[in-house]
Amino acid sequence: MSPLDNTYEKQFKVIGTRPPRPDGIEKVTGKAQYGADLYVPDMLYAKILRSPHPHAKIISIDTSEAEKLDGVKAVVTSKDFSKFSDNKPSDTLVNCIAHEKALYDGHCVAAVAALSNTIAKSALKLINVEYEILPHVTDVDEAMKTDSPIVNKGYVLENVPKGFSENVTSYYEFGHGDLDNGFNNADLIVERTFKTEAAHQGYIEPHACLASMTPDGKADLWCCTQGHYNVRALCADIMGMESSQLRVTPSEIGGGFGGKTTIFIEPIALALSLKSGKPVKLVMTRDEVFKATGPTVSSSMDVKIGMTKDGVITAGEANLRYQGGAFPNGTVEMGAQSAFAAYDLKAVRTKGWNVLTNRPKQAAYRAPGAPQAIYAVESVVDELCQKLNLDPLEIRIKNAAKKGTKSSYGPTFDDIGLIATLEAAKKHPHYLAPLEENQGRGLSCGFWFNFGGDTCVTLNVNFDGTIGVTEGNPDIGGSRASISQMAAEELGISYDKVRTIIADTNSLGHNEVTDGSRVTFAVGLATIKAARAAIKEMCKRVSLIWGIDEDAVRWENGSAIPAGPNAGQFDPMSIEEIAAMSSQTGGPIAGHHEVNAEGAGVSFGVHLADVEVDKETGSTKVLRYTVFQDAGKAIHPSYVEGQMQGGAVQGIGWALNEEYIYGEDGRLQNAGFLDYRIPVASDLPMIEPVILEIPNPGHPYGVRGVGETSIVPPLAAINNAVSRATNIRFSELPLSPPKVLSSLKKEINDG
Amino acid sequence: MMVKVRIWGSLQKATDNKEFVEVEAENFKQLLDNLSLKYPKLKPQISRGVSVAIDGLIYKNSWFTPIKPENEVVLMPYMVGG
Repeated sequence: MSPLDNTYEKQFKVIGTRPPRPDGIEKVTGKAQYGADLYVPDMLYAKILRSPHPHAKIISIDTSEAEKLDGVKAVVTSKDFSKFSDNKPSDTLVNCIAHEKALYDGHCVAAVAALSNTIAKSALKLINVEYEILPHVTDVDEAMKTDSPIVNKGYVLENVPKGFSENVTSYYEFGHGDLDNGFNNADLIVERTFKTEAAHQGYIEPHACLASMTPDGKADLWCCTQGHYNVRALCADIMGMESSQLRVTPSEIGGGFGGKTTIFIEPIALALSLKSGKPVKLVMTRDEVFKATGPTVSSSMDVKIGMTKDGVITAGEANLRYQGGAFPNGTVEMGAQSAFAAYDLKAVRTKGWNVLTNRPKQAAYRAPGAPQAIYAVESVVDELCQKLNLDPLEIRIKNAAKKGTKSSYGPTFDDIGLIATLEAAKKHPHYLAPLEENQGRGLSCGFWFNFGGDTCVTLNVNFDGTIGVTEGNPDIGGSRASISQMAAEELGISYDKVRTIIADTNSLGHNEVTDGSRVTFAVGLATIKAARAAIKEMCKRVSLIWGIDEDAVRWENGSAIPAGPNAGQFDPMSIEEIAAMSSQTGGPIAGHHEVNAEGAGVSFGVHLADVEVDKETGSTKVLRYTVFQDAGKAIHPSYVEGQMQGGAVQGIGWALNEEYIYGEDGRLQNAGFLDYRIPVASDLPMIEPVILEIPNPGHPYGVRGVGETSIVPPLAAINNAVSRATNIRFSELPLSPPKVLSSLKKEINDG
Repeated sequence: MMVKVRIWGSLQKATDNKEFVEVEAENFKQLLDNLSLKYPKLKPQISRGVSVAIDGLIYKNSWFTPIKPENEVVLMPYMVGG
């Protein structure tokens, strides 16, 4: 089935070029308006009081002394939210502000708005919270045991088998074939247990918002977010408002990567604004971002794979246990579906358990759930290849999923780009480049689904023939440029005649969050359709001017022309001419398109990593890194390359250094970039991106998502490289120097 | 028209341990409605959200996406992303 019209085989003029980024000057000169950059008259400053305990019953909160402090204008606790709704508070609200219990170190318990940040901070010290400290659990395996402290009651779904703690909230199983038979046919079986720690998205801009709410129930909210329509829906629900009365305007965004797909502080600012009668600004510190926003899940995973001597994978099995903090999450099912997606297997089974712990509620992070599962599977595949003395790239080609493969998650693949991606890696000079002592090369495949979703676009033809595109998805990866390119391509005009802006929630219908690698696919699709609607209208106007049928006019290279010799002899009429006469021919010209975009194609990537391990310190240096990815049609190749490089860098950080470290007291030990180390430019070589353009038949130009797949392979690519460099198989991330050094020493001591 | 639907492993408890079930459906909505009617234990999961893969393309929730008897139809958890 081909649900959409496909014109991707046409010769493009604008698509595939690399125009300058439209937000470049503002960003490099510091003029871009981020979440914390908005100031309005009479604005108050808010601060949040957070629980120092990972798990504690809130006996009482006394705010009276704080309220008396000069300059304090409002204090809120969970009780202030109960008047907005009679319903049970949503998980989102309880995560924003603790109700009966503090569920993790850093959970918000109260907030203050004052004339200055200094006064607000002082007021926090005057709030007296009486806690009853409860036992806590932060480790996923511990949390699953029947004698574990129960984090949050009442969340167990009907699909969870008996025999687990109430912290196990959901269970999923996928696969097909006879596993026993598959393993019986193997010449070698490797079975290992892996662990990954939670990693933060590490966006440089902390969460920030400014809320202005009036007593009659109207509100304006400015915030940095990946999806302001979702912010509106969640906040309106919490505040008991109608959506029309809450206008949300997104700021420029300093990174999100999935972490800004939900809300953390916005209802607090709205409630403080309502209570104080003043606009309220609330900006998180970095410490708060780490403690109280959403990192990834951490995981514990068992993987078992069988292989014949000549490299045929006979069976694969994975058991995945993901903790996602104090509220239920839907991540392990994505990992369980992704784990073996790169392989054509006769027998495969994955099982997954989502688990509660006393940690912050996990949020999405590029391809949520997939990097962990694929890290474990790809590490075992590499170990099998090494033990059987087989080429890991040839073995992946031999077992690769392709058109007609029954995927490990159920559907049969149509055209997919995995083998082309692997072949590109095989031909690349990187794969055969020589290695020296203490160096190793790692390889991993990666996979992600991608999706579309609700999308609205308005395309206005200005009187001078230039174009204004209005869309509703915050630009986290260069989408404004790509959207302008697609509008220009369709209209047959140059890129610089188009400007794309992100509108507030009142300007367009609902737009799904900027996530799922959906924006260039879905907003692009809507833009193309909106441009076609505008072209249809322009052809109609020209038919009126020429006095011929509408069907006798067609569009070519930015002008209306007669459709054929029978239409009559007319000189082409350019978009500028048509726009200039639009008032006289019927009024302003615009095109719209509203759609729930479906048909996003899945995407595969292959990463090659060369590392050198310092055996005296355990430190790993990445020497060379190449990313191969099926990107569909690359609209703006520089941005596509940036997505591929960025995902790789984040995955390398996750593999080598990044981790949430909890103490025995259940408190986060490293809530800052000094102790939570993300890679910086000087840590890494240039990441070489190799784009493969295998068109997605579900998009008019062949676009498929590119933003998430690139974070999936680095964990295993780095793990495999370090394992080969040291001849020690590692199975816990991150591969931080102390961990690697400890294993090296153990290897020496064990002889 | 009867459509054959593949059910994922842990959800097969709701379909009497059947991997494949058949229901009357000409589109996405009819498929979910009739699955819920025929197999009421599927209803909690369908209410929470499911995606449907039709000939390999994954659809999140477009009710009127047509489905034909010859299509490969696979029920999947609701897609999330970052």
